[in-house]
Amino acid sequence: MTESKFYSTTRRNLLMAGASGLIGSGLPMPAVLRAQTSALKVGVILPLSGVLSFPGIATQRGTDLAVRMFGDEGVKLEVSYADTESKPENGRLAAEKLIRDGATILIGAWDSGATISAAQAAEAAKVPLVVNVGSAPQITEQGFTQLFRNFPPSSEIVAKGVALFKDLPRGNGFDPKSAVVLHVNDTFGQATGGAVKAVFEKLGLGINILDVISYDARARDLSIEVAKAKATGADLVLPITRVNDAILIVREMIKQDYNPMAIYGPSSPGPYEKAFTDALGKFADEYMTSVPWYDPTTEIAKKVLARWAKDQPNDRFELNSGFGWESIQVVADAFTRAKSTKSEDLHAALKATNIKDHPMAGGPIAFDAKGQNTNIAIPLLQNQKGAPVVIAPAAAAGAKVKLPMTKWADRA
Amino acid sequence: MIELYAGVAINGLMIGAVYALVATGLNLIFGVMRVVNFAHGEIVVGGMYIGYGAWALLGLPTSVSVALAAIVMFGFGYCFQRLIGNQFANRPQHAQFVLYISLALIITGGLAMAFGPDPRSIQSAASFSVYKIGSLRVDATRLQAALSAAGVILALWLWLRFSLTGKALQAASQNIIGGRAIGIRIDHVFAIATGIGFACAGIAGALIAPLYDTTPYLSADFTLIAFIIVIVGGLASLPGAMLGGLIIGLVEGLAAILFDPSAKSLLSYGLLIAILLFRPMGLLGKRRAL
Amino acid sequence: MSGSTTTRRQVALGSIFLLILLLLPLVVDGYYQTMLTTIFITALVGIAWNLMMGFAGQLSLGHALYFGIGAYVVALMAERYGLSPWLGFPVGFLVTSGLGLVVGFLGFRFGVKGVYFALLTIAFAEFARLLFEHWDYVGKTGGLFLGSVKPDNRSLITLRGSATFYYYAVLATTLFAWLWCGYLVRSRLGYFWRAVRDDEDAARALGVRAFRVNLLAAGISAGITGIAGGWFALMNGNLFPESVLGMRVSIDFIIAPIVGGLGTLCGPILGALIVVPLNEIAKEAGQALGLNGLNILLYGTLLFIVIVAAPDGCWPWLANRLALAGRSSSKPDGP
Repeated sequence: MTESKFYSTTRRNLLMAGASGLIGSGLPMPAVLRAQTSALKVGVILPLSGVLSFPGIATQRGTDLAVRMFGDEGVKLEVSYADTESKPENGRLAAEKLIRDGATILIGAWDSGATISAAQAAEAAKVPLVVNVGSAPQITEQGFTQLFRNFPPSSEIVAKGVALFKDLPRGNGFDPKSAVVLHVNDTFGQATGGAVKAVFEKLGLGINILDVISYDARARDLSIEVAKAKATGADLVLPITRVNDAILIVREMIKQDYNPMAIYGPSSPGPYEKAFTDALGKFADEYMTSVPWYDPTTEIAKKVLARWAKDQPNDRFELNSGFGWESIQVVADAFTRAKSTKSEDLHAALKATNIKDHPMAGGPIAFDAKGQNTNIAIPLLQNQKGAPVVIAPAAAAGAKVKLPMTKWADRA
Repeated sequence: MIELYAGVAINGLMIGAVYALVATGLNLIFGVMRVVNFAHGEIVVGGMYIGYGAWALLGLPTSVSVALAAIVMFGFGYCFQRLIGNQFANRPQHAQFVLYISLALIITGGLAMAFGPDPRSIQSAASFSVYKIGSLRVDATRLQAALSAAGVILALWLWLRFSLTGKALQAASQNIIGGRAIGIRIDHVFAIATGIGFACAGIAGALIAPLYDTTPYLSADFTLIAFIIVIVGGLASLPGAMLGGLIIGLVEGLAAILFDPSAKSLLSYGLLIAILLFRPMGLLGKRRAL
Repeated sequence: MSGSTTTRRQVALGSIFLLILLLLPLVVDGYYQTMLTTIFITALVGIAWNLMMGFAGQLSLGHALYFGIGAYVVALMAERYGLSPWLGFPVGFLVTSGLGLVVGFLGFRFGVKGVYFALLTIAFAEFARLLFEHWDYVGKTGGLFLGSVKPDNRSLITLRGSATFYYYAVLATTLFAWLWCGYLVRSRLGYFWRAVRDDEDAARALGVRAFRVNLLAAGISAGITGIAGGWFALMNGNLFPESVLGMRVSIDFIIAPIVGGLGTLCGPILGALIVVPLNEIAKEAGQALGLNGLNILLYGTLLFIVIVAAPDGCWPWLANRLALAGRSSSKPDGP
């Protein structure tokens, strides 16, 4: 896919999604369901404890919200959770436990390793597995027939995001010629860090990647890493992080007075989190990311956000809660059409999924032969006034991009 | 480039001084009782939570939380040794090891239950302050932590050298039976040693709480790094712990520049293996302790 | 159980236990089968570790090294070269027992003992983890993934399949390893091990070649652990350096044999039967109560109680209750 083609597709999709959202009222759900009696047992596998529990719990919140919202619409879902303790090998046992407890469809498992581990059990038991979050390209390349992923592989997130970044207006002191990649050395960070370097070279941005610096996933002190990045003198810093390492990186950059033209984390979860903007305050502003995000212009997103604000006033609706929400939407939709709680009927219905109105930006949710949804759009986000806003593509943009970044010292 | 190396070297030495304090605690316990405290990193993390809690709940500065961590951890160490540790004095080595592993798991699990898995960090305006020396920027919090750690180590040396209890500790470490013969209360001395060893780790934890994000699962890394330092410097050698701490701080910093930062510990482990095989008494150790 | 000290009662109870295990998959579902398979893997590593620690007296805290390398060897051969694990397992055994011999050789040759030896094994395991995290061939931290099991899969060739398949396969492996260790412990070699463990100098004076005897224990123990790792890889379909080579793996695996009883043949099995379900229950309880870390706390507490109150582990006590206390079973040293 060339970048220009992608750009127009995304824009059209966003517009389409926006338009159809305005017409439909309420959640797209036929009345037939209200007559249905037996509830669908859904098993959700998530890292609810251990190092990944922070995003795992955020995903759970979105999942629970969707269950309540679809419940109000008459879709009876009985959700039970299984915890992977953030260990990939626990995915299989978690899946088997949920299947034993009667789940005929599974959702999971936030983490790519646990997802593949769970998929082994789902495949053996012929129970469909809807992937909520999980970006390793390998997930859909292993030949699983029961797996449906409503989340883009990291390479695609990076490619789509960097394509938007390329089109940002230059000038005014923003004309980067060089960049340095700083990535966490775990499954996700390593795949993404590699993709960033490849995409920057492939798309011909005229930006030279000077160094790729990886740091240990357990590192709690990134002073040397930032010093090394600073020493390259790069105009752009591309951090591939989770939440707390992003905070550490910014704090070190302030201390070491490193002022690049922009900080941009392609496919980097974290900087849009409330924990990040709360911890850094004014220093969190102007940090950019590109991740799948909700499209604030659609009716359904507004509806979800309004209910979220009521139910979870202290948390932010973001990527994890968004895809948690959509995973239930995908299941509820398949359940509605299948009119059955049997795994094989649900599997057949999932194959024919085509959901036009959904909160996360992009075209209709549909799965290709490998079980991948290829219609997910990746907007460019920037933190402004303590919260992330969409700055590109223009159709979905809620604010204008601010570049180059304000120097740390000038943020008093 | 020179600026980078100089900056990283200073940084490495500063963090090395704090590591040295952690290792001194481990070393003291080993020197006196010949047991290896496998829960040492957990005590450091306990100190970090004391630092965090004192700041978050009471708004106390680091100096106060360091004192608090020292008192709490000394008390904990003293009681632990009195009630449980001393019973293990004559048990086989693996039993002692397992005792400390179980203690480590209990502390980690307890901290995770009490504070949850999310990282906690102390955020104040002071955490952004730096000293500028020419074009070098030295993190103020880190320098204070390093100087405090070095101060504590020095005070501990002096105390061991000149106080009566300190001399008793040294006597016990050289000859337990002989120590008993000249009237040293071994149970009490052992408990004091454990208390001080734990206090060193607790102080180090409180000192780095403003620098690191605290999570319950950090502990294994601290334990391992303390082991490496102690082996490199020499088991039962206090100057060795200081030297080892500085060396490891420096080596890890430079390895992070020369290779990938995520691979920096490869060099430490390589060094550990080499020392274990070729100079098991460590750089400053006099003889094989076991 | 074989050999002269085996009583009839031991054989009878052992056969009943085995028969129950053989019939269990008829009544329990996939979840319990996988849980039991996890118990068998834990027991298998426990038996191997116990051979080194309980019988030969060498404290290894780095068995993740052999577990992880065994897992990677079997997985790489199956995934990269399409070779059946029937080939992968023997190669995995050779590679890991070779590694065990190397670590053992360095340790014994340079006289690294006790705590120092334990630290040496940790250092090797952590070194390997970091190496694997930066080695392209094994997929770095990105991990190594096995393809899904095909519909026309023949389990006896690919050694992959349903939960029931893994149950019987790992049960057979564990049984085989247990019988082998039982034989070894009662052989001349076993007496040498205990002689060296109890008093190396005296054993040497009696003509036991301590170096060779110790090395054999390290090699066999490592090889069996590697086989366990291979099954882990086939079952999960994915491997990450942290999840098979990490420090936590080494620690987790020594809990079962210590709880069960060091230096007993049945201890690691009993320990695994206690520890694995306890972890699962604690995990569920922790989740229900919203208490992160409850399972770690319970692990630690259990270990603490055992080491303080019953340093010989649970098996000698149980053996007494079952009146299995023949000449051998009641003592921690006996099989």
